[in-house]
Amino acid sequence: MTTVPAIEQPATERSAAVPTAAGRPRRRSHSRRAGTPYAFLAPAIVLFVAFLGAPIVYAAYLSLRKVKVSGLGLGSGSRTEIWAGLSNYARSLTDPEFLPSVGRIGAYGLIVVPVMLGLALLFALLLDAGRTKVGGFTRTAIFLPYAVPAVVASLLWGFLYLPRVSPINDVLEGIGVGSPNLLGSSWILYAVANIAVWGGTGFNMIVLYTALKAIPQDMYEAARLDGATEIQIAWRIKIPIIAPSMVMTFVFSLIATLQVFAEPMTLRPLSNTISSTWTPLMKVYRDAFTRDDIYSAAATSVIIALATFALSFGFLKLVGSRAFRQED
Amino acid sequence: MKKALVGVFAASLLLLASGCSGSDDSDTGSDAGGKVDLTYWTWTPNMDKVVETWNAANPNIHVTVNKQDGGDPAVTKLLTAIKAGSGAPDVMQAEYQKVPTLVSADALADIKDEAGSLKDKFPESNWNSVTLGGDSVYAVPQDNAPLMFFYRKDVFDKLKIAAPKTWDDYAAAAKKIHAANAKQYLGTFSATDAGLFTGLAQQAGASWWGINGDTWSVNINDAATQKVAGYWGGLVQEGSVLNTPMYTPEWNAALNDGTQVGWVSAVWAPGVLEGNAASTKGKWAAAPMPQWDTAAPKTGNWGGSATAVTTQSKHPKQAAQFIQWLNTDPAAIKLLASQANVYPAAIDSSAALTSPPAFFADQADFYTLASDAAKIGNPFTYGPNVNVAYSAFNDAFGKAAESKQSAQFTAALATMQSQTVDDMKNSGFKVAG
Repeated sequence: MTTVPAIEQPATERSAAVPTAAGRPRRRSHSRRAGTPYAFLAPAIVLFVAFLGAPIVYAAYLSLRKVKVSGLGLGSGSRTEIWAGLSNYARSLTDPEFLPSVGRIGAYGLIVVPVMLGLALLFALLLDAGRTKVGGFTRTAIFLPYAVPAVVASLLWGFLYLPRVSPINDVLEGIGVGSPNLLGSSWILYAVANIAVWGGTGFNMIVLYTALKAIPQDMYEAARLDGATEIQIAWRIKIPIIAPSMVMTFVFSLIATLQVFAEPMTLRPLSNTISSTWTPLMKVYRDAFTRDDIYSAAATSVIIALATFALSFGFLKLVGSRAFRQED
Repeated sequence: MKKALVGVFAASLLLLASGCSGSDDSDTGSDAGGKVDLTYWTWTPNMDKVVETWNAANPNIHVTVNKQDGGDPAVTKLLTAIKAGSGAPDVMQAEYQKVPTLVSADALADIKDEAGSLKDKFPESNWNSVTLGGDSVYAVPQDNAPLMFFYRKDVFDKLKIAAPKTWDDYAAAAKKIHAANAKQYLGTFSATDAGLFTGLAQQAGASWWGINGDTWSVNINDAATQKVAGYWGGLVQEGSVLNTPMYTPEWNAALNDGTQVGWVSAVWAPGVLEGNAASTKGKWAAAPMPQWDTAAPKTGNWGGSATAVTTQSKHPKQAAQFIQWLNTDPAAIKLLASQANVYPAAIDSSAALTSPPAFFADQADFYTLASDAAKIGNPFTYGPNVNVAYSAFNDAFGKAAESKQSAQFTAALATMQSQTVDDMKNSGFKVAG
């Protein structure tokens, strides 16, 4: 708490200097000042519009269009782009593959989110409680998988899943358990979820660990004087205080779940069990790049974006205010 | 993509003599309109070396090779450039099954005036693929990839099995091999390789698309394809062939350690085997495809590509001249075979193919078998949405292969058929059946 006045001091000095040194020019430059914020914002606005706003608008526009072929569809002029109304949305939502893919990521999320966040919280609390010398190494080791790109991680795990090239199966067979086909239909969901947990736990752990680090030590001292055990401290002090961070990691994980793509896409050629529409985003990819139908891909994208928006903001509204109030 | 990998393997591993750059081509002659620059998108390795010869002989038509990642990404890029109105090359390599898609997107120029006379230089099935059975010529065939059968001769000899002449022989051999050694399989049904299945259906007499007037027909779920799907479904169900995909680390390991002892593949297989199964060198043999009817032997294709002029080219005449040279000139064909390791589509390419591929060094008649196979390719028409049919194949047959039920294999064809027809109807094509 002692640092706060130290930071505020220069600010006070500067604001105090303004009236004395620039008392007269202030009025003169008033009109110019009105534009100043916009000038400073301009680069951000331009970049936002060019790389986020415009593509979103264009995607929404494409989702309302379609190509109409006349005759055999060969030769020039046989394809025209026309308005499609909402037919792309209707096709997307009624596609027999769409709902199962949503159900699949639902099940996937039910595995990934609790396991990943549970492990992240556990590791963060252990690292924070231990404060041992190996802490730095352990922290890096747990974080490291996050630095591995999802495609590389999936290739790596793909090798570990394939029975003939996998050391896991050698070990399992060695101890007489037999080798389950990890890419078979009964295991595939766990196989994909495992990659996400492996890759994501480290990041979430760092977020939670950083939040834990910000808790003043004197709180623990007070708790210990009152006779609290380490577990009680974790449960009654640490977890409630870092609740906002936990909410944030949950929202991140929720969004990542809705957008899962790289892992199943990379595993797909290794197995019969991952279809080209295994997740909603894979369906978007298939429509756009395999079927060359960017219009229905755009429609599905808009649906996914709206669902992501609704779910994350809905969740924040539900739990966020309560979590953030505790911070005050 | 896969075929590109195959090509890379083939090129980097088949070390054929490479000293014939001192070409003595006479000047092919060019337009009197001054120097012309052409760009050429291809993923064939060493194509730049083939083109060097052309550039040396034709200073007025300079061709620049622009190396692509492979068949699928190159097509995606080209379609984007066509949609954008600029950015497409003058000359483009295109797999046969992509030609209708590209024509449908108005990406390929009709070069019948320049190349129409080349018809007799190519097998009928290849020529059919670049004309779509009509009067227009959208590309000139470059390489042909007839299906052939490759097997581990040592394993067959040990079990006293002859190379299968019919599909019944193949089934019996598969059963016998797996019975003799539970870890060994003669093959696998790969749900990730729609191109191979298409070739097998083509061999059986299927032609999945057709044009009748201004109406398309789709016949994926026909009797011939049903026969093929049921056959492989039966083998998978009884467990004498595997149900796992090809081109996985698992499959490579199985080829290399001798648990996959056969491969129904195409003429480019030696390059892949050399890359994936190096430790089995000298143990393989090539044979003609097993047949449904030995009285009328047929084969299909897996891969192969043509060279086309795009609609954005400002010099279509010169571009057509170049692709005609590239795919029919004896010197160019020789370079294609020796430098780029393609199996040329041109019928009189035998002079360029004298010694067998290195991995099949003992099989002196390799290219005789290949050219016999190339002559008996069944005609097959690809439609404008091959991509949709292939992705439907991957999903439907993936499910069927996982279930190991023969009935699911034949049912998967109905799914392919309906998804393909629905897609065409949705786009506004006139479709019958």
